[in-house]
Amino acid sequence: MKKTIGNIFVGLMYLILYLPLLVMVVFSFNAGSSTSVFKGLSFKWYVELFTNSTDVGVPVRNTLILAVVSAVIATVIGTAAAVYIYYVRSKLWKNTLNTVTNIPMMNPDIVTGVSLMLLFVFVGRLVGAVNSLNFFTLLIAHITFNIPYVILNVLPKLNQTDPHLAEAAQDLGSTPTESFFRVVLPAIMPGVTSGFMMAFTLSLDDFIISYYTTGTDFQTLPLYIFNMVKKPVKPHIYALYSIIFLLVLAVLLFTNISGMKDKKEKK
Amino acid sequence: MLNHEKNIIELKNITVRFDGETILDDLNLTIRDGEFVTLLGSSGCGKTTTLRIIAGFLEPDEGEVFFDSKNMNGVPAHKREVNTIFQRYALFPHYNVFDNVAYGLKVRHVPKDEIRERVMEMLRLVNLEGFAKRSVAKLSGGQQQRVAIARALVLKPKVLLLDEPLSALDAKLRKDMQVELRNIQQATGITFIFVTHDQEEALSMSDTVVVMNEGKIQQIGSPEDIYNEPQNAFVADFIGESNILDGVMKEDFKASFSGHTFRCVDKGFAPGEAVDIVVRPEDVDIVKPENGMLRGTVTSVTFLGVHYEIIVDIGGFKWMIQTTDYAGVGDTVGLSIDPDAIHVMKKSKYSGLYGDYSTFSDEMEEMNQMSEELAEEYAEELAAQRAEEEEEEKDDASGGSAEEGAGT
Amino acid sequence: MKNRTFLQRIIGAPYIFWAAVFIVVPLIIVVYYSFTDAAGNFTLDNMKNLSDYGQIFRDSILYSLAATAISLILAYPFAYVMSRKREKTQQIMMVLVMLPMWMSLLILTYSWMNILERQGIVNTFLTKIGLSPMTLIGTPGAVIFGMVYNYIPYMILPIYSVMSKIEPSVLEAAEDLGSGSVSKLYRVILPLSMPGVVSGITMVFVPSVSTFYISQKLGDGKILLVGDIIERQIQGNYNYNSGAALSFVLMVLIILSLALMKLFAGEADDSLYV
Repeated sequence: MKKTIGNIFVGLMYLILYLPLLVMVVFSFNAGSSTSVFKGLSFKWYVELFTNSTDVGVPVRNTLILAVVSAVIATVIGTAAAVYIYYVRSKLWKNTLNTVTNIPMMNPDIVTGVSLMLLFVFVGRLVGAVNSLNFFTLLIAHITFNIPYVILNVLPKLNQTDPHLAEAAQDLGSTPTESFFRVVLPAIMPGVTSGFMMAFTLSLDDFIISYYTTGTDFQTLPLYIFNMVKKPVKPHIYALYSIIFLLVLAVLLFTNISGMKDKKEKK
Repeated sequence: MLNHEKNIIELKNITVRFDGETILDDLNLTIRDGEFVTLLGSSGCGKTTTLRIIAGFLEPDEGEVFFDSKNMNGVPAHKREVNTIFQRYALFPHYNVFDNVAYGLKVRHVPKDEIRERVMEMLRLVNLEGFAKRSVAKLSGGQQQRVAIARALVLKPKVLLLDEPLSALDAKLRKDMQVELRNIQQATGITFIFVTHDQEEALSMSDTVVVMNEGKIQQIGSPEDIYNEPQNAFVADFIGESNILDGVMKEDFKASFSGHTFRCVDKGFAPGEAVDIVVRPEDVDIVKPENGMLRGTVTSVTFLGVHYEIIVDIGGFKWMIQTTDYAGVGDTVGLSIDPDAIHVMKKSKYSGLYGDYSTFSDEMEEMNQMSEELAEEYAEELAAQRAEEEEEEKDDASGGSAEEGAGT
Repeated sequence: MKNRTFLQRIIGAPYIFWAAVFIVVPLIIVVYYSFTDAAGNFTLDNMKNLSDYGQIFRDSILYSLAATAISLILAYPFAYVMSRKREKTQQIMMVLVMLPMWMSLLILTYSWMNILERQGIVNTFLTKIGLSPMTLIGTPGAVIFGMVYNYIPYMILPIYSVMSKIEPSVLEAAEDLGSGSVSKLYRVILPLSMPGVVSGITMVFVPSVSTFYISQKLGDGKILLVGDIIERQIQGNYNYNSGAALSFVLMVLIILSLALMKLFAGEADDSLYV
């Protein structure tokens, strides 16, 4: 009896959780061009997407480039940062670093976005630039909010690995640098990879920070959606996100199913 | 050619401080080529720190390290010709067994064929010949340890450092590995510096034992010397079981303790000098009370198969005796001690620290002390509470009767 | 001690530089703009003018508190039911909870707008069956609903994560000592799951109180929150000083609430729950 109530409750929650997604998928096949009135089935929005006759191609491309570049740079800086923090001895310094790292994660996006924007404007005024905001300011912003999440993924992995690994490598003749690249890095690679994935995803979806730090010449997909109020909206955006939905579903299932495979192996 | 006369490692006046604490205090140690040396002590005594100083992972705050008469200060670990076996083996998880063992050779750019030959030879030596392609995560503790040994030995070091390598193994495997390691050491002639807190392990494997405590060396000697002739109360308590008592050297060969004067074999103390006396439990005989040098009451008897462990209370001090003779709890017994079973030591800062056999561990003693104190406190509180309650009752009684009186 | 290698010292340099310039300095600049006017002179006017927005601050806080409370009330039993399932079911359930998190907030909110608006899907359906349309968006309820919808996974996951890590032997011990299901929940699971609850509260309250897209789309322009005001000042009026002042106050507000919560709840490891 209790279990049934529980299950019904959970079921209802999932229903509401997935309602907008359901609507989105259904309306992506809308023969009509409204996002609220359904006029029959049609593939035309998907066709439009793939024949590139919508204007959504550019924002999509921009978003992907931005995500990849910012994630890569954030991963490099973040991994180095995590290693550094791991070896720091002074408790005070370590705590300061951890606090600063937490700031972009704890701060609401709007504060991060506005603060970075003001920085760029301030510097822009100093050097007499006409446009303080452009692709590079956007990139800097994305790297900035990505790095803490990379550290968040790499640092625990560092704490988990045997502290003597690097020493063992040196004991056998490797220089400290060599021991890092040959032994430590491979051991923390899962953390580095998950950090990269997290940074990539965060960058893809970021809206508010991008809103405040990009110039007029570089539009990302979320910003494109935001601007969608001002023109008559067509469901091609639903089609696009339905595809993204499938991709995300596939990725999540894959990582979790292969996760289960690993567990069976260990037994 | 092994040169047992050569000092392969010398530590001179080594001091290490960390976070305001002194970890190693003016340590001096010489290790001869080809020896099996064990650094023995409980955790925090400085033995692992000493090992890391030799390995090069730690630079001393003061003092010098010499390897083969060359000063090693400032030389980083990867340039020293010593190799280490770590406590949890530190095998590289992303390499298989072969690649782990080959690591040091690859770093030295040894040609591929030679690597192959040497690695396989090493794997044969540690009995892991078929395991070359195995992933290290799937190996048992004992197998992992042998990979660690192979990985270090393949480089033909002059000195091998072992940081409590057997502590993660189960008891029987541990015994086997102790024999294994000893055999490998004697076959290869490599100097082994072994760190452990297990005194049985130290005594069974080593040529020389270095007993450490609080960053200082307490005693250096062969296993027999350490056992039979401990130099202070710490060593006596740490190694094996000992009854440690206060005593007085009346004159040479005459020691007085527990209210009796005994003949003994030690001399060289000032007449009437206060000393620490050590008597090992297995060296005491139980005899009839009238024939004994000491008399006492049995407070507990434990059957251990090999012998009985009998606790005897002599004048308030609890002795431990190991004997195959049975005595019942509550019996009055006599104790007889041969002269060479009495070992006399000079007083040190450790005198009086080790009590008697009312408890075996420090923790139990602490807990007993604490619970005594707490029980006293509680009893006082309870008494105070009762006193208050009685006061109140008295007040009620007198106040009540006054009211009653007023009421009528 | 002289024992850190050069590499160990230098490897953090890029990050330290980056964090200093792009995390610390911007916050200082926010403070700077908050207390200066357009010409760069020191002034407290920005701060004084904030009293005009008193109601908006109050609304923002109230709405996000409501959203947080509702999220907690819904998420806790959800996490509890989840933690009682078989391992495989738990994994699938977790994937399904995580999925919406990875879909853009904008598209989801936009979709809800389409469902709830005056000519939206719900109302179209209602008129079809002969009922009169309802005003669903443009109400505080819609905005709060939007907040709950978007951020409830961030409440579910930390609570679930902590719950599922409670050692089964602890629960068995409780049973052994006489606890039934309700008693176990109240005396053992609830206290032990507090760190997750604290994390969840943080992760719902902070974005809720600072949103502007949700209030724009589901508030139908009638509901103004702090985020909207900041946006207006900065993008609308180019009044950086006022925008900065608002951001500054918002930030202080959040720091205070977090500190309050930490006090309340003891230690909550807020950097690990993502």
